[in-house]
Amino acid sequence: MRYLPKSPADRKAILEAIGARSIDDLFAPIPTQYRLNRDLKVPRQMAESEIVDWFRQRSKENGLEYTSFLGAGAYMHYRPVIIDALISRGEFLTAYTPYQAEISQGTLQAIFEFQTMICELTGMEVANASMYDGSTAAAEAAMMAVRVTGRNSVVIAKSVHPEYREVLATYAQNQGLPVATTGYTDTGRLNLKELEQTITADTACVLIQSPNFFGTVEDVAAIAELAHKNGALLVVSIAEAVSLGIVEPPHEADIVAMEAQSFGVPLGFGGPFCGVIATREKFVRQMPGRLAGQTTDRNGKRGFVLTLATREQHIRREKATSNICTNQALVALMVNIFMNVYGKVGLRELAKQNLAKTAYAAEQFGKHAEVLFARAPRFNEFVVRTSEDPYVINSRLLGHKLVGGLPLRKFYPELGNAALWCCTEMTTRTAIDTAVGMLAESEAEEPSGEHVVEEVAR
Amino acid sequence: MKQMTRKATRHVNQNEGLIFEKSSPGKAAWKLPPLDVPEVDTAKLLGASERKDLGNMPEVSEIEIIRHFTRLSTWNYAIDLGMYPLGSCTMKYNPRVNEVVARLEGIANGHPYQPEKISQGALRIIQTLSDCLLEITGMDAITLQPAAGAHGELTGLLMVRAYHQAKGNPRKKILIPDSAHGTNPATAAMVGYSVENLKSNERGMVEVSALEAQMNEDVAALMLTNPNTLGVFEQEIHKIAEILHAKGGLLYMDGANMNALVGKVRPGDFGVDVMHLNLHKTFSTPHGGGGPGSGPVAVKRALEPFLPKPVVLQKADGTLGFEYNRPQSVGRVRSFYGNFGMFVRALAYILANGPDGLRQTTEDAVLNANYIRKGLEGVYDLPYATPSMHEVVFSDKVQAKKGVKTMDIAKRLIDYGFHPYTTAFPLIVPGALMIEPTESESKEEMDLFIEAMKSIAQEVEEDPETVLDAPHTTRVSRLDETAAARKPVLRWRPGQD
Repeated sequence: MRYLPKSPADRKAILEAIGARSIDDLFAPIPTQYRLNRDLKVPRQMAESEIVDWFRQRSKENGLEYTSFLGAGAYMHYRPVIIDALISRGEFLTAYTPYQAEISQGTLQAIFEFQTMICELTGMEVANASMYDGSTAAAEAAMMAVRVTGRNSVVIAKSVHPEYREVLATYAQNQGLPVATTGYTDTGRLNLKELEQTITADTACVLIQSPNFFGTVEDVAAIAELAHKNGALLVVSIAEAVSLGIVEPPHEADIVAMEAQSFGVPLGFGGPFCGVIATREKFVRQMPGRLAGQTTDRNGKRGFVLTLATREQHIRREKATSNICTNQALVALMVNIFMNVYGKVGLRELAKQNLAKTAYAAEQFGKHAEVLFARAPRFNEFVVRTSEDPYVINSRLLGHKLVGGLPLRKFYPELGNAALWCCTEMTTRTAIDTAVGMLAESEAEEPSGEHVVEEVAR
Repeated sequence: MKQMTRKATRHVNQNEGLIFEKSSPGKAAWKLPPLDVPEVDTAKLLGASERKDLGNMPEVSEIEIIRHFTRLSTWNYAIDLGMYPLGSCTMKYNPRVNEVVARLEGIANGHPYQPEKISQGALRIIQTLSDCLLEITGMDAITLQPAAGAHGELTGLLMVRAYHQAKGNPRKKILIPDSAHGTNPATAAMVGYSVENLKSNERGMVEVSALEAQMNEDVAALMLTNPNTLGVFEQEIHKIAEILHAKGGLLYMDGANMNALVGKVRPGDFGVDVMHLNLHKTFSTPHGGGGPGSGPVAVKRALEPFLPKPVVLQKADGTLGFEYNRPQSVGRVRSFYGNFGMFVRALAYILANGPDGLRQTTEDAVLNANYIRKGLEGVYDLPYATPSMHEVVFSDKVQAKKGVKTMDIAKRLIDYGFHPYTTAFPLIVPGALMIEPTESESKEEMDLFIEAMKSIAQEVEEDPETVLDAPHTTRVSRLDETAAARKPVLRWRPGQD
């Protein structure tokens, strides 16, 4: 086996040194009746070239060369090449969690810089080293709000990513944590009146997403006022990080639960991504996840360590703020490098291109179909309602190597034939025009009712 | 240092400040293509929501970013540099072909919501890995959704709870041996269970009579790591399973140490009902400085209805698809399908090994741990003489008499060119030195390690100060963790040193 650095003679020498007759001696503690006396039924050992071929086949079967208008929590942005060049360095790739600070200063300083940039972008005072993803970050943020306020229920906006809401429901179910949902108005924004009625003296937090699942930018200040008036915290989830280049950050929030995938992390069929929690300084001891902090060594030299570990499971066990241990460090490093590449000016310009592409696309689609929620600002997603079933439209687009918007029927049946479309700086005008053209064609025809509806998108 | 070690030589490395200290207006590492649609008036589109200023975000050039992170990287220790004997963490070689295949375009750029018709490659990867892991564990059904080991524990216990709930009573508590990882009790609390400790016996194993006494109808499950954190196989595992099952309880196995078992014995065969795996331990996906991980959960048939949704299944036309209609599911534990990129890497590892390679890997891991044990026995105190599997736990009992603790020895090991072993864990061993070489170490590397550990033991006798002040060769000496926690500085601000 090519990964194993021992010759048969080495193995023999080691066995002799140990004083064992054969390798079986070392497995003697396993009761005989359970020992596996056959080969595992897994594929035979493959050569490196065969492995590459096998995965190349899978790659071909996986949407290669399609142009996609999908967003919905996973965004296709350009990834600067230096990201992979740098994260492929073995000293980052093959290092463990930086508990031994003296030989982990590279990782620790990178985390410290990451935390700083996340604070700068979100308007928060402290940020952690990462969480699994945006969905679990949102759920953990809600539980953090419960600890901070001592209250025991949560209000979540229906315009939060449906899968994030599902994850919160899973986390909350055994914590005695009821979750109420507040709807949206015809602007796509959270229904403030409904929120006012839903929020109670036991509400630990109001959890919204902005830009929300429809791409609409929420009126964060108004929601914050209502939450704070009732003694609840405001948790803002951000699923599209690039929006922070041009959309005012949620200064009024108490906790920001973010998904940073847009910052240089490949779509990768949904993971690994990079969640982050950021908050105010006064709440830091209730925050989950690892934190890097600045300190000095014995000679007064600046250095970094993992700190405030008394919040964490390896010290506090069942009294910890969370059970999280492994996080998404290497993915956070991708995010970090991306933030450095674009920086203060580039992030804004990048976000502006997203805004322009989306404004153009929404205008074009609007000529042939109904673009919902047009009266509130949006970032890079918009909802298009057609007379024809979006699954049918998508099926036709697919034949032209285009992946249309995400049909919303499954999550929002009340929106009818609606689909969520996304444009980024990667979306070309040609692709937009082609998709609009095909949608226009079908919208102009009388529905024949004869289309075979193929389940082409979930 | 009195003498140079054979393993390492000091060499110059570059100083580097914070990236913010290099920033100045007008520098840039980006260039966007010309816009092919009309420019927009951002104020008009966003109104009051328009952001005007990005604060102290850096402005730097590409070469500065390359140098910055390359310099930082050289301050890290890594498996690629040498043995990384962290017990329980399983720091094994991370094959490079894994990284290559994970970056193939269709695999790296697949959107999680793209139609199933054009997702057959990804679904096939999920399915093939699932099949392999089920065969390796001897279990019946699996979810790959959990993002890490602790997340797998959460998923597993949610399923345990749902299983009992479906029978009418979720039960109240989880039994956890005192040798367990901190994630075990933290997870039990998140699922609404109280935790009851189970004392280990003098051989470092679960005391069967104690388990029998503590087991009753309030116990939902026992969370057992096997081999446990002492590196000891729970030889009475069949009795443990029987005791639990007799009272309707479930046996949860923390699979953190599955690398001691692959190809030799299957948890499903010795009575485990639910278990998680750490793809970043046993299956070689890189730790990356703390993640990403992946924590699949495998279960017996009786728990299958409770798996998180969606699950992957084969449809009538032979293609693969996601099934969401799972009325008894515990729900979703993460968005989309989990850390898919880690599935790709783990599967590449399994394919590179095959059945013979996986078995040889396990044998070598156990062989190596026993070689280290033999080499250091008598030099360091061995609190449990029970046979070791993939790791060995010593204590600092002998050295503590000179005032030298496990952390000091660990820090001194850095000067010898090694990453420290795991210190002060498991908690049942005061002053623990927990050493796991993994299969990735050659005899030469282990001989250097043994030599270093012996040399440190000698230093403790002759010159304990050298050990107490270690490390002496790193960029920074021991850092003030107390100050860091007392007055946390968690971000840079302008004007801050």
